Amino acid sequence: MYTKEVEDHLANPRNAGELIEPSGTGDVVNQVCNDRIRLTLHIVDGVITDAKFKASGCPPTVAAASVLTTLIIGQEIERAAQLSRNDVIAALVRLPPAKIHSAVLAIEALQGALDCINNREEVSGAKK
Amino acid sequence: MTASMKVYLDNSATTLVAPEVIESMLPYFSGDIGNASSVHSFGQRAKAAVETARRQIAELIKAAPSEIVFVSGGTEADNLAIRGIAEAHSATGRHIITSAIEHPAVLATCEALESSGFRVTYAPVSSAGVVDPQQIREAIKDDTILVSIMQANNEIGTVQPLEEIGRFVRERRRAGASNLHFHTDAVQSAGKIPIDVDDLGVDLLSLTAHKFHGPKGAGALYVKKGTRLGKLFYGGHHERDRRPGTENVPGIVGLGRAADLAAQELSERSDRMRGLRNYLEDSLKQRLTDMKINGDGAPRLPNVSNVSFAGVDGESVLINLDLKGIAVSTGAACSSGSLEPSHVLKALALTKEEIRGSVRFSLGAFTTQAEIDYAIAVTVEAVKRLRELAPAAEESARASL
Ligand SMILES: Cc1ncc(COP(=O)(O)O)c(C=O)c1O
Ligand code: FES
Repeated sequence: MYTKEVEDHLANPRNAGELIEPSGTGDVVNQVCNDRIRLTLHIVDGVITDAKFKASGCPPTVAAASVLTTLIIGQEIERAAQLSRNDVIAALVRLPPAKIHSAVLAIEALQGALDCINNREEVSGAKK
Repeated sequence: MTASMKVYLDNSATTLVAPEVIESMLPYFSGDIGNASSVHSFGQRAKAAVETARRQIAELIKAAPSEIVFVSGGTEADNLAIRGIAEAHSATGRHIITSAIEHPAVLATCEALESSGFRVTYAPVSSAGVVDPQQIREAIKDDTILVSIMQANNEIGTVQPLEEIGRFVRERRRAGASNLHFHTDAVQSAGKIPIDVDDLGVDLLSLTAHKFHGPKGAGALYVKKGTRLGKLFYGGHHERDRRPGTENVPGIVGLGRAADLAAQELSERSDRMRGLRNYLEDSLKQRLTDMKINGDGAPRLPNVSNVSFAGVDGESVLINLDLKGIAVSTGAACSSGSLEPSHVLKALALTKEEIRGSVRFSLGAFTTQAEIDYAIAVTVEAVKRLRELAPAAEESARASL
């Protein structure tokens, strides 16, 4: 039913946890199934130097959050801001159609974290 | 406890075929190949094997061999019982009573009858997962032709008070309701708890071989002597005109042998499974907080444990266990390609979170202590890890969509 990438991220989540004094935090819940992703970022000079996630929900939601951290660590925030659900899905190879919203949730968590940085207007290079 | 251990704890879905059962079936694939309707010796040997199986099934449920109709499995048995009664007795009434927690083989059949003009009452269950016999009694009307209540539920294993319902049905019949019938889906209970069709007071009873270490695709419907029943299929005169089609001789032989073994070992098997099941539940309760055993407090099958782990997703537990070689199932939302949570768990009035975190462990006659120990260790680890991974409840989240 799920790809081995989804299963692997579920069994061995990458960058699980929560950063202390994050530069930005995105915390989003899917109102339909209650799946939740909380993403914390450290930004230094416009680059995401570290990211950690917490997630609850079905295997694709945990996997999407986990794989997302691997896609954004080391990225400039402008590049990270352009990531889409399809990048998350591609990194997991495939998601069942009913589970696409797991990838959407991961992207929303990222946008939430980046918005939170922009709103603070204290990080250089964080213009929109 | 080894990492490569394979542990099958999904015996409510299906079971392995016992070695003695396989052995009993083999001759009927190549040597004794006759059609049970043929007059020659090949046919007569096949016929004799089918009749032996009929006695074995009859013995398991304390019926007469002539009351056993071989069918393709539980789904067909349920369809034949319900549609058969509906067709033969619609002139006297068009009302059917069933429960909210039946298997789709019963529920979908009843729904189909509703669209052809039958009225169906779906009796609710208590939070422990049991129907109230008094409610069934009150639901019986003058035009009720069938009460169909499963003996044991496939998701939570709760055993229903059939004797009491059977008494009400008989009472009503004595008062003149001669067209009132009582059917039970005993697919999960057959071979696991003692069954006596007269004590239960049923006219029809469904069972299937693959739930008690027999082959898939072979089942039986008990039809009490004298019961008028319509047919699903038209064809030859097999099975006393109740079910045409060349008999699945190897399957029927396997069904009979599996029933025979189950009957012989019934108390030994169920004591062992109950011991292991209780040990599983006690160990999980000792090592994990915030869990609930669904159907606890009601009479339950000895081999089923349905547990809700608060704060985790059942499917995430399932996949974690699967990666460690352990097979279980879940009634959680978004699983098995369906966005609907289990109708059984919904009927128990569980919270959404409890439904979400539900996992069913179902044991078989061959489950070992070492397998249960391994399953406990892996489950505890998986649930703890998933809970640690979850964001803290007190932090606020923004709604998506
Ligand atoms: C309670 C119940 N009824 C009916 C069935 C259907 O039986 P079968 O798979 O033999 O068609 C099942 C099994 O899936 C069941 O658990
Ligand atoms: S449960 Fe619906 S996407 Fe996770």
